[in-house]
Amino acid sequence: MAKADLSAAWIFFFLTLPCVFHPERMLWLLFFLVTAIHAELCQPGAANAFKVRLSIRTALGNKAYAWDTSEEYLFKAMVAFSMRKVPNREATEISHVLLCNVTQRVSFWFVVTDPSKNHTLPAVEVQTAIRMNKNRINGAFFLNDQTLEFLKIPSTLAPPMDPSVPIWIIIFGVIFCIVIVAITLLILSGIRQRRRKNKEPSEVDDAEDKCENMNTIENGIPCDPLDMKGGHINDAFMTEDERLTPL
Amino acid sequence: MEKTRPLWANPLQFVFACISYAVGLGNVWRFPYLCQMYGGGSFLVPYIIMLIVEGMPLLYLELAVGQRMRQGSIGAWRTISPYLSGVGIASVVVSFFLSMYYNVINAWAFWYLFHSFQDPLPWSVCPLNGNHTGYDEECEKASSTQYFWYRKTLNISPSLQENGGVQWEPALCLLLAWLVVYLCILRGTESTGKVVYFTASLPYCVLIIYLIRGLTLHGATNGLMYMFTPKMEQLANPKAWVNAATQIFFSLGLGFGSLIAFASYNEPSNNCQKHAIIVSLINSFTSIFASIVTFSIYGFKATFNYENCLKKVTLLLTNTFDLEDGFLTASNLEQVKGYLASAYPSKYSEVFPHIKNCSLESELDTAVQGTGLAFIVYTEAIKNMEVSQLWSVLYFFMLLMLGIGSMLGNTAAILTPLTDSKIISSHLPKEAISGLVCLVNCAIGMVFTMEAGNYWFDIFNDYAATLSLLLIVLVETIAVCYVYGLRRFESDLKAMTGRAVSWYWKVMWAGVSPLLIVSLFVFYLSDYILTGTLKYQAWDASQGHLLREQQKMFNSTMNCSADF
Repeated sequence: MAKADLSAAWIFFFLTLPCVFHPERMLWLLFFLVTAIHAELCQPGAANAFKVRLSIRTALGNKAYAWDTSEEYLFKAMVAFSMRKVPNREATEISHVLLCNVTQRVSFWFVVTDPSKNHTLPAVEVQTAIRMNKNRINGAFFLNDQTLEFLKIPSTLAPPMDPSVPIWIIIFGVIFCIVIVAITLLILSGIRQRRRKNKEPSEVDDAEDKCENMNTIENGIPCDPLDMKGGHINDAFMTEDERLTPL
Repeated sequence: MEKTRPLWANPLQFVFACISYAVGLGNVWRFPYLCQMYGGGSFLVPYIIMLIVEGMPLLYLELAVGQRMRQGSIGAWRTISPYLSGVGIASVVVSFFLSMYYNVINAWAFWYLFHSFQDPLPWSVCPLNGNHTGYDEECEKASSTQYFWYRKTLNISPSLQENGGVQWEPALCLLLAWLVVYLCILRGTESTGKVVYFTASLPYCVLIIYLIRGLTLHGATNGLMYMFTPKMEQLANPKAWVNAATQIFFSLGLGFGSLIAFASYNEPSNNCQKHAIIVSLINSFTSIFASIVTFSIYGFKATFNYENCLKKVTLLLTNTFDLEDGFLTASNLEQVKGYLASAYPSKYSEVFPHIKNCSLESELDTAVQGTGLAFIVYTEAIKNMEVSQLWSVLYFFMLLMLGIGSMLGNTAAILTPLTDSKIISSHLPKEAISGLVCLVNCAIGMVFTMEAGNYWFDIFNDYAATLSLLLIVLVETIAVCYVYGLRRFESDLKAMTGRAVSWYWKVMWAGVSPLLIVSLFVFYLSDYILTGTLKYQAWDASQGHLLREQQKMFNSTMNCSADF
């Protein structure tokens, strides 16, 4: 179909050559030819062409901007900029980037041509260039990888942050140490208490004969508190002197 | 001089210990499931009836036995009748089985708790594949929360036969869990009594916070309305009644000997009737309370997934037909679909198989129980909340408190008979006995940290304690009523507490409760026999979901001890 267009154009040119040897009309013809060639290079599904999809309203909501020719110009500029970063392609101009089939979505196809404007650059080069500069392109349009998609150019996903020591081990270590210290303290204090208790009965045993024969547990209360040794003086039972009022 | 029996510092510690033991993970992850399966609001009817007829009498019985005999389960039953000391030993053995596998849940809770301090939460994003161009395959097929549970936490093998090795990460967490339990039971009632203040009350704090958060989530009311709408026809379903009875029975933790152990540290004059009623009421109330929280979380998750599904369909249609971005919304979706089907029939029929039918009901219908609910569904909901790290920490902290509270009861059931026995306690101090028990349990528990560990966990969960407990409690009731003598027991209680035992309890103990237990026992026994080969659900990594195949265990009607 593209070749037919081109050959039709050439035939037309030769047929009208006698009557169009006129500067103005020649210019129009040239323009026609050039756009025909360009139209052929950028087509949906053409070799080395990529489809781009933007979801501006999803990304920006109320602050969404309208997609017009100026935005397209910016896009071409960003692609040209990305291509300039590739070695051997530093001479890429904005006019080398061709857009076509812009839909309401917003989506369109683009190709990048070489300086002669006859051939498109290989897809691999364009891919590499776009991947390296995806962040800059996203930033220019206030979009991200989900809302500015280059189909067939998968974006490198950011790897999750991997600290050298996983965080959970640190927290585990802290709690582990606290628990071990607490256990050690409790065991030690228990041993100390038992040692103290073992020393006491050996001193107290001689004086404790009265408790030995009795039922040492009466209603669940041990004999110990009944021992007068550590007893308190009950003020309710005052000494005999106080009972008689003084004269 | 004889050593006195340690006592609770005040009756409140005893009540808190019982609540902490009875209110466990089952209240959070089993009851909401039952409520959903058996008619929503109408499940409360059989539940409350069973509580009054079965739960309270049996709980009072166990507490009274413990308080009267003032010994652990072995000594208590030996006192009732020397021929019945086997009941006590059976209780200890069942408690031992339970504590072997139950602490693994605490280990998992610790694992998730430690991983909650990261941004973003590790189960909210899939890891990248080898060349960083996409996500890991298994994670894409399943969801990121399922992937984190099955691959990162369990590293599960495809079947029970492939054991794999012990995974060091869960093993470390299990070790920590046992150390924490040891720390709490180290000094007997002295330390346990203080710990239960926290393990009993903190879960309620977290539940209240979650209730407020849950009810304010977008879509929570969907879940609540769906779940609580009573379906009265379920009342005629005998399975609803059986499950209500089972839930009450296992939720209170009867038959393990823990309640006897706790009550044995009471003052003899303690009013255990009042405490029995309080504990059983609080336990049931907590179940209902937790299910409100769970249903609002369900509603949020279902609404979130439903809206995500709609967004995906919208994006697919917008991209295929190059419609204007933002034109297609949830409200005009059906209209536009119809228009597209008529205007571009060939293109539409190409894309039609990929369009999912998004339905809120089907999202709500996914009833999950057990570890799946706690570690997959809840984490999925949490990762979508704001400040998800905070909610995650709170949630797993609550799970830990619930789990450790139940573990304290289990270990008390094992340790009390051991420390009561003169032979053992004269050779070893209390700390050493506790340490030995924890060490043995920890060593055996390493089985559950292997790659096939979760399958072993399922087996133990489903079969370790069920029938044994029913039998134990049945024998207990008959022993007290007919061997020891109901009149004798009644006069003992009257002498001990100073209050007469009401006729209601006597009727329940002697007649109704044993009959109920016998019927439950017969039901489960026949269920086991009729089932034939046992099945379990294995995780298929290549497809990213659970399989149910031959020689794998049967999950749904078997009651699960950890679920209570």
